[in-house]
Amino acid sequence: MSSIGTGYDLSASQFSPDGRVFQVEYAFKAVENSGTAIALRGSDGVVFAVEKLVTSKLHEDSTGKRLFSVEDHIGMAVGGLTADASAILDVAREEARSYRQNYNMPISVKYLNERVSMYIHAHTLYSAIRPFGCAVIIGSYDPKDGPQMYMIDPAGVSFGYFGCAIGKAKQTAKTEIEKLNLKTMTCKELIKEAAKIIYMVHDELKDKQFELELSWVGSHTNGKHEEVSRDVFDDALKYAKASLDDDSGSDGE
Amino acid sequence: MSLLSHCGVQELQNSGIHDITKDEVSTGTTIIAAIYDGGVIIGADSRTTTGAYIANRVTDKLTKVCDNIYCCRSGSAADTQAITDIVAYYMDLTSVQMGEPPLVRAAANVFKNLIYENRHQLTAGVIVAGWDSRFGGQVYSINVSGTIVQQNISIGGSGSSYLYGFMDSQYKDGMSQQECENLVLNAISLAIKRDGSSGGVVRMGVINHTGSIQRKLVLGDQLPKFYDNIYEEKPLISSGGDATMA
Repeated sequence: MSSIGTGYDLSASQFSPDGRVFQVEYAFKAVENSGTAIALRGSDGVVFAVEKLVTSKLHEDSTGKRLFSVEDHIGMAVGGLTADASAILDVAREEARSYRQNYNMPISVKYLNERVSMYIHAHTLYSAIRPFGCAVIIGSYDPKDGPQMYMIDPAGVSFGYFGCAIGKAKQTAKTEIEKLNLKTMTCKELIKEAAKIIYMVHDELKDKQFELELSWVGSHTNGKHEEVSRDVFDDALKYAKASLDDDSGSDGE
Repeated sequence: MSLLSHCGVQELQNSGIHDITKDEVSTGTTIIAAIYDGGVIIGADSRTTTGAYIANRVTDKLTKVCDNIYCCRSGSAADTQAITDIVAYYMDLTSVQMGEPPLVRAAANVFKNLIYENRHQLTAGVIVAGWDSRFGGQVYSINVSGTIVQQNISIGGSGSSYLYGFMDSQYKDGMSQQECENLVLNAISLAIKRDGSSGGVVRMGVINHTGSIQRKLVLGDQLPKFYDNIYEEKPLISSGGDATMA
C-alpha cells in the first residue's frame, strides 16, 4: 500500500500529497472486512438483511446483532466495527429523542441521516480522534412520504437508495440487487430476495458459520421497524436455499 | 423642611398610591383561534395596558412565527414578544434544515418547552395557530403554566371569560371561512364591550394552503353591535308620577 511508511496515514487531519486522507480509507477497509448487510426499498417499505458472521461455536444464537431500531419507526443495519456502530446507534437514538422532545414528532429519516452523517463526518476532521470504522443503513416507512432509505459511509457521505449493500460481498450483492424491480416489489416479496442474496454472497470457504438476520419496516408493520416473524423467516430461508440449489443444478444453462 | 421632602419619593411609594410607571406592560386581552373547513382564523383586540393606562390602542397581538404559523399573544407583552422571537428563529432554522415549511405542531411544542421551562419567570399565554400540508389547519393553546392542548377553537386572555358560553353555542365543526370570520369578529367585539382590559380595533388573520396570511382589520367604530342597555339606561321610576327622584 502506497500509504504505509509515508507518514501521511497517521492522522485524519492531514492530506497525503495526492489529496487523500488515508485514515478514512482505512475506515472503509474496516467495513469491507465485515459480513455483508443489504437493504432493499420496495413500494410499501424497507427490508434489511444481514449476514452475521459467527466467529465461535461457543457464541449463543442471536447475540451480537447488527440490526437495530433507532426508534420504533426507524431501522438501522450496520457493517464494520460493531462497537463503533453501537456508538453511532447511541448518537442516532439521542438525536431522535431530542427531536421528539423539541418538536413532539417522530424524527424523519431524512433529517436523522443529515445529523448522523455530519457526526460521522466530523470524526474525519481532527487529529486527536479516529474515524468510525463502520457504515450504517437507516430506513423507515411513513404513510405520506412512503419508504425511505439512506446509507452513510465512514467518511460521512450519504445518499438515498432503492437498494444498497455494505460489507465484504457488497459488489456481488449490488449486482444481484440491480436485477430486482425494486420500485414495484412489496416487502413480502423482497424479504425472500434479501435472504436469497445474503445466502448467495456468503463465502462458505472463508467464513464457515453465519446467522441470517432479517427485519423490515413498512405499511404492513404499521410503520414499525421489527424483526420478521418466525414464519416469514422460515419461508424466506426456504426460498433462499431452494433457489441456490436450483442455481447450482443448472450451471450449464 | 422643604415641601419636596415631605412628599418625596419614599413617601409616595409607601402611600399605597398606584405608580403606573412600575406596572408591567401587559396585554389584558381577548384572543381567539378557530379552525374552519380550509384552515384557521385568528383574531385579537388591540389594547395594551400599563395598569389603568392604555399604552397602545392599536397593538398587533397576532404575531408571525413564520409564513404559515402565527401566534396570538396574551400576558406580559415583553415576555411573549421575546418568546415569539426565539421560536421564529428556531422555525426559520428548521425550515432551512428540513427543506419544507415547519409543522404547526413543532412550533407549538417549542413554545411549550420555552414557557414550561421558564414558567416561574414568565407571564405568557399564547395560542399557536397555522396551516401545514401534513395536518392542515391547527390550533394549540399554551397557558401560563406550560400546558399545551390542541383544540379546534381556543379563546384566551382576560376577555375570554366572557366568551365561553357564546363560543360553545356558536362554534361548529366544518364552518366556512366566512362563517368562522363572522364568529371571531362577533366574539371579540362582545368581549371588548364587557372586558375593560380589551379594546380598540379587531385584528384578524386567515391562514390556509395559500402559504401566506390574509389580514383583516375592523375599526372600533365599525364593530358589530349587540343588545345591551348600558347606554339607554331607563329611570327606575316614571317621572310622570308623584314620586320624584332626589
